[in-house]
Amino acid sequence: MTIVQFVLLASALFSIGLYGVITRKNAVLVLASVELMLAAVNINLVAFDVYLQDVLHAGQIFSLFIIALAAAEVGIGIAIVLMIYRNRQSADPDDLRLMRG
Amino acid sequence: MTISLSDWFRESANWVFLIIALPTLFASWKTVTSQNIVRAVLYLVVALGGIAALFLMLGAEFVGWTVVLVYIGAVIILFLIGIMITRAPLGRAGVLSHDTNVTRPAALLSVVLFALIAWGAVDAFSNDGIVPFEPTATSDLGNLIFTRFVIPFEVVSIVLLAALIGGISLARRDDAVGDQAPKKSGVRG
Repeated sequence: MTIVQFVLLASALFSIGLYGVITRKNAVLVLASVELMLAAVNINLVAFDVYLQDVLHAGQIFSLFIIALAAAEVGIGIAIVLMIYRNRQSADPDDLRLMRG
Repeated sequence: MTISLSDWFRESANWVFLIIALPTLFASWKTVTSQNIVRAVLYLVVALGGIAALFLMLGAEFVGWTVVLVYIGAVIILFLIGIMITRAPLGRAGVLSHDTNVTRPAALLSVVLFALIAWGAVDAFSNDGIVPFEPTATSDLGNLIFTRFVIPFEVVSIVLLAALIGGISLARRDDAVGDQAPKKSGVRG
């Protein structure tokens, strides 16, 4: 196993997630694409943790932190989408043009 | 140490990597392109399952099973609840992606980003191998979290508490709370 194969996979997943964030029209699916990007970052952290043979396991521990923060982010994100849907009957981020000049 | 391409294919772990990585890539691609919203989220399950399998392959057992528990167990359920509550068009009814004058620049941007990272990674690490590594003991991770990384751990705890309170206060219906309006209906959802 080489480190490059994991970095390539992670960057491919990150790019796919970025594509989803830009092109999706539903806020829940935008959040799902963000999850994909965070998971790609986790692959990098764990792969480099193993590659560097870090005695502190900083990569694995910070990937655990990212997982916890991603769960919190999804909870808040879904709550905000729910509020927006209640007020505007739409889950499309492009409909939120109230602050456009 | 450097590894040639024929040596790379001779190692059985790399075949396992390919068997895991290719379905993961396919599932993540379907996650961002599928026009069926439930199916897109269920493809995300496959992608995250593949990522968890990669973590197990790297010896990061605790992180791998945490991905299974937190992402596949909890976050996917949150997504499905969000889809149900916002009454997103199930099946093939609605349009879930932008048309080509958004997707083409987005695809170009993604490909350029991937090419940049790939070029940087190949340039920096060329063929550096990962030495086969015994699985990380969960007790080591626990000891480190509660000694060296205790302050980030506490900060994450406070963030989770704030997210809990924020989620509850955002999602509850408080149209009759905070002013003198009398409650007209008894039970509120």
